[in-house]
Amino acid sequence: MAECHPVGFQWVMEAKARGAKVIHIDPRFTRTSAVADTHVPLRAGSDIAFLGGIVKYILDNEKYFREYVVAYTNAATLVGEDFVDSEDLGGLFSGYDEEKASYDQSSWAYERADEAAAAGDREGSGKGNGAQDGGHAEGHAFGSGGPGLDSHEVQRDETLQHPRTVFQVLKRHYARYTPEMVEEVCGVSRAQFLEVCEAVTANSGRERTTCWVYSVGWTHHSVGVQYIRGSAIIQLLLGNMGRPGGGILALRGHASIQGSTDIPTLFNLLPGYLPMPKAGEDESFGAYLDTIRSTEQKGFWTNADAYTVSLLKAWWGEHATAENGYAFDYLPRISGDHSTYQTVLDMNDGKIEGYFLLGQNPAVGSAHGRLQRLGMAQLKWLVVRDLNMIESATFWKDGPEIATGEMKTEEIGTEVFFFPAAAHTEKSGTFTQTQRMLQWHHKAVEPEGDRRSELEFFHLVGQKIRAKLADSTLERDRPIQHLTWDYPVDEHGEPSAEAVLQEVNGRYVSGEKAGRPLSGFAELKADGSTACGCWIYSGVYADGVNQSARRKPGREQSWVAPDWGWAWPMNRRQLYNRASADPDGKPWSERKAYVWWDEDQAKWVGHDVPDFQVGKAPSYRPEPGATGPDALAGDDPFIMQADGKGWLYAPSGLLDGPMPVHYEPAESPVRNPMYEQQGNPTREVFKRKDNLQNPSAGEAGSEVFPYVFTTYRLTEHHTAGGMSRWLPYLSELQPEFFCEVSPEHARERGLEHLGWATIVTARTAIEARVLVTDRVVPLTVGGKVIHQVGLPYHWGVGGGGAIVSGDSANDLFGLSLDANVHIQESKVASCDIVPGRRPTGPELLQFVEAYRSRAGITVETGNTRHTAQEGSP
Amino acid sequence: MSNSFFGPLDPAPDAGWVEAPPRKGFFTDTSVCIGCKACEVACKEWNAIPDDGMNFLGSSYDNTGALGASTWRHVAFIEQSKPLGTQDAGFAGTAAGPAATDVLNRAADSALTGDRSRLGTDTNAVDLGMPKVELPGADGAGRADFRWLMESDVCKHCTHAACLDVCPTGSLFRTEFGTVVVQDDICNGCGYCVPACPFGVIDRRIGEKGVTKNVGIAQKCTLCYDRIGDGLQPACATACPTQSIQYGDVDELRERAQKRVETLQAAGVHDAKLYGHDADDGIGGLGAFFLLLDEPEVYGLPPDPIVTTKDLPAMWRKAGLAAVTLLAGAVAVFTAGGS
Repeated sequence: MAECHPVGFQWVMEAKARGAKVIHIDPRFTRTSAVADTHVPLRAGSDIAFLGGIVKYILDNEKYFREYVVAYTNAATLVGEDFVDSEDLGGLFSGYDEEKASYDQSSWAYERADEAAAAGDREGSGKGNGAQDGGHAEGHAFGSGGPGLDSHEVQRDETLQHPRTVFQVLKRHYARYTPEMVEEVCGVSRAQFLEVCEAVTANSGRERTTCWVYSVGWTHHSVGVQYIRGSAIIQLLLGNMGRPGGGILALRGHASIQGSTDIPTLFNLLPGYLPMPKAGEDESFGAYLDTIRSTEQKGFWTNADAYTVSLLKAWWGEHATAENGYAFDYLPRISGDHSTYQTVLDMNDGKIEGYFLLGQNPAVGSAHGRLQRLGMAQLKWLVVRDLNMIESATFWKDGPEIATGEMKTEEIGTEVFFFPAAAHTEKSGTFTQTQRMLQWHHKAVEPEGDRRSELEFFHLVGQKIRAKLADSTLERDRPIQHLTWDYPVDEHGEPSAEAVLQEVNGRYVSGEKAGRPLSGFAELKADGSTACGCWIYSGVYADGVNQSARRKPGREQSWVAPDWGWAWPMNRRQLYNRASADPDGKPWSERKAYVWWDEDQAKWVGHDVPDFQVGKAPSYRPEPGATGPDALAGDDPFIMQADGKGWLYAPSGLLDGPMPVHYEPAESPVRNPMYEQQGNPTREVFKRKDNLQNPSAGEAGSEVFPYVFTTYRLTEHHTAGGMSRWLPYLSELQPEFFCEVSPEHARERGLEHLGWATIVTARTAIEARVLVTDRVVPLTVGGKVIHQVGLPYHWGVGGGGAIVSGDSANDLFGLSLDANVHIQESKVASCDIVPGRRPTGPELLQFVEAYRSRAGITVETGNTRHTAQEGSP
Repeated sequence: MSNSFFGPLDPAPDAGWVEAPPRKGFFTDTSVCIGCKACEVACKEWNAIPDDGMNFLGSSYDNTGALGASTWRHVAFIEQSKPLGTQDAGFAGTAAGPAATDVLNRAADSALTGDRSRLGTDTNAVDLGMPKVELPGADGAGRADFRWLMESDVCKHCTHAACLDVCPTGSLFRTEFGTVVVQDDICNGCGYCVPACPFGVIDRRIGEKGVTKNVGIAQKCTLCYDRIGDGLQPACATACPTQSIQYGDVDELRERAQKRVETLQAAGVHDAKLYGHDADDGIGGLGAFFLLLDEPEVYGLPPDPIVTTKDLPAMWRKAGLAAVTLLAGAVAVFTAGGS
């Protein structure tokens, strides 16, 4: 965190000064470790074993927060009889489909009160059930809420003794995650592991809370979603969710990455985490709404019709009417996986004509750089908008494949359009940071020369396309013709970002209040009387005031600081904060009081905006058969979940299992010490000659790639370097690509400090200067010493005018994706490292080919997903 | 009015400022430094200092090397096989062998000696001999203790500033804030100040005239004289995210530093010590002083600095005495000759 989020890290340092204990779990000793109380070096890719070990420690030693767990989580809920755990199937859960490499999730369901559930009749439930369509595009579509459930009529045993309670299922699932196993899998000593367990549990409970902070070191894995689930289970067991000082903090990779998922740049989401309609499924508005939520379930997703209609009204205004289903048919339908890596593969197959790159440098920043560059060379046109002439704009003349002869400039037909982009200081707008807080930034200077904001660029593109289609009578052009596209512009032609924020906030479009801004999403209607560009952001322009521009200093307001910026939803600074009070509505302790029920006022009050229906008493119990928010009891704090509970066990929604399991990374020199199943059996693999994988332990040739490597960022640079390698003051601080190795590893491979090393995978070989450091330590895993190589990924080859350049670490990765979110495994893989510089020109290809040949690599290598021998689900 | 060259005093009034504001300075608390180098970048941005070379030094994460004409803040990174208070580095029980830090640190130091033009300076540091980078063998005890120290170094704004004392042009002067500033439009590049500094801070800029600004002119930290006069903090202190660099009245900073060192001592960080806070030291106390976690030499700081002009009055007295003696002798000779 100190490395990549130094400004945010000031608050960790402040907490430390006030007595907080800081534990840093990371393969390397970094700038964060330097000021932490404890550094825990673990093997990259082994985190679930570590987290599972903590879960076991909590359960075995009865360190869980029992009242919280019983009342607020699904610990007491019974799982159906059909569920078979991974412990009993060699690492697979029940429902695995060998052919599709995915799960039929029906056997994971809760036991229903009416006992009619079992395996049949799951239609309309479990939206994450990829098994039905073989698609892998659904896991992310739940966003701020959980996936649907057929019914909340579940069976509970609040003594937690029934063998099929989630609590007991969890206990059995993690029974083998002992400190000894953690040591064997992660390379973390038992003593140190127990020290972490003791610290985390001692600092949780009524009086104290612990928070977990992660970043892409947890997400860039073939089983990354389950890493986060592992931490969620710990936090729920310890009662650290919805309480001050608790939670799980996701540090994002760039400014406003949170904003770009809220108002998404993702192919399968509409604003506010509404799913994109799918071809063949969501033919009618009604059918679409039915897939979003079951009207039988609890929680706020049952109002998805109001959110969707208001979105359609924002986009198509008067053309969205009750008669035409609010122009629902104007929305495009997705027909499959169009995520970034699938798109790159499609480019390579000549299926994609054009590509927009906006502040993104995939030639350097994305996994498998060669595939990215080869793909872009197949396009008809490529638009690059960036501050500098990045490698993704110049790959056709100076990329690594030009040097090897794999690409010839004169044979590349891609027409590249480079548009200089305005920097954040040259335009107004919001950043949404990791706490879901929007902060307005004002334009400080006019952009120089041809630099323009994204807003102006797309406004103009829209205007030009609309002008071209103005006279069209084709039905298919109606969505463009009818689009609301009337933003006021200033004297420089820059559209008003505030006007966009107002549209996002929403307004009344008819009735007495027509034209007035909405004050929050509770005002949204499904009858077309409200328009709102993103329901979760509704309220950011409440009272006609740009709430995101508020900057009242912290010393002038409460410690929650509600008057600084604006956080969605409804300026709530902490989600699910009903959980900060006990089931009766009283704070768990005075020290941790946050939101509580005020008997006299008959409402929820406190330091933050209550994340609960404000007048719903703790004692409220729903009528039988109630649905939607009314079905939530006064002590159901997780209001976006279909049963109002925090999920220790996910009965649906996750494509790779209801609970995290330790799988080895897609490429690993270590045989999974825990299961027959080596890697995530649902990971997305691409058996292609341009995406060869290293053999993992257990396969022939794995000894050719005996080392683990991981990639990361340095404080001095920003991601793929587009914002730092062109600046002398940053470039001089980290001028060269280097690899970090331990002295033991250096000796084993003959690497010299300040010399050169070549790092090789099945994709390519790159060279780096050698930094030998005690900060990297070899770990003993499964009785074998494992060396890890550290590679910062900021440098690239080519680019126009970069002050520093070098080989790109991301060129080493192949594509293996987490099925839930299609994210690439780019924080861990296997490699070899040898002293000296890499060959250049065509000799580089021969060098890599020799490695492939030694390891016997084919398109099948490393791509067998089901490796468990025992059990057949 | 006679200048003092030694001992405690308040430098601005001593330099003749009437009703000077309280002395301003830096307290750099290295125990909370995270090595982000925001201070280096903010300093260069504000003061429009050129970059001074894209050089990979292999000195841990330090590719700046040393303070100089184009580096007014420098973050040092020191890897050590020592514990930091009660910190658990996590190396116990791993397959780690003996530490390589010392040999690597020496190798890194060697990058800073000899020809230092790639550090942006034409001064030479003493080369103590190039150590061979030979990593320790597999035998020997595994390393368990480790710490990574970071320190943002800067001009010390000495109470008794030798650079100022020796400047023949008046380019270097004492400000009303008690700080020491070079006026680049007056400096003639004579370079007397460079060896006068006991810390090796001030330096003449190297580079191509007409391309790089102020080539040949002595340069160093001004404690952002053009900011603090307007009530702003210096750029580095403003950018520092963890309050490792604290700016303020020196008297108040010294008290704060004393408390901080006591807090750290009580927390088991027995190495914590202040450097340059003592008005009775050889410089009369530093305007920019430090909380260090090891001996000053580890950070490249002289252990017991003494203002190089300390003996200047005595030298003048001796020279004067010699002159008088010579004169007397000459007079005697002439008198004798005339008789």
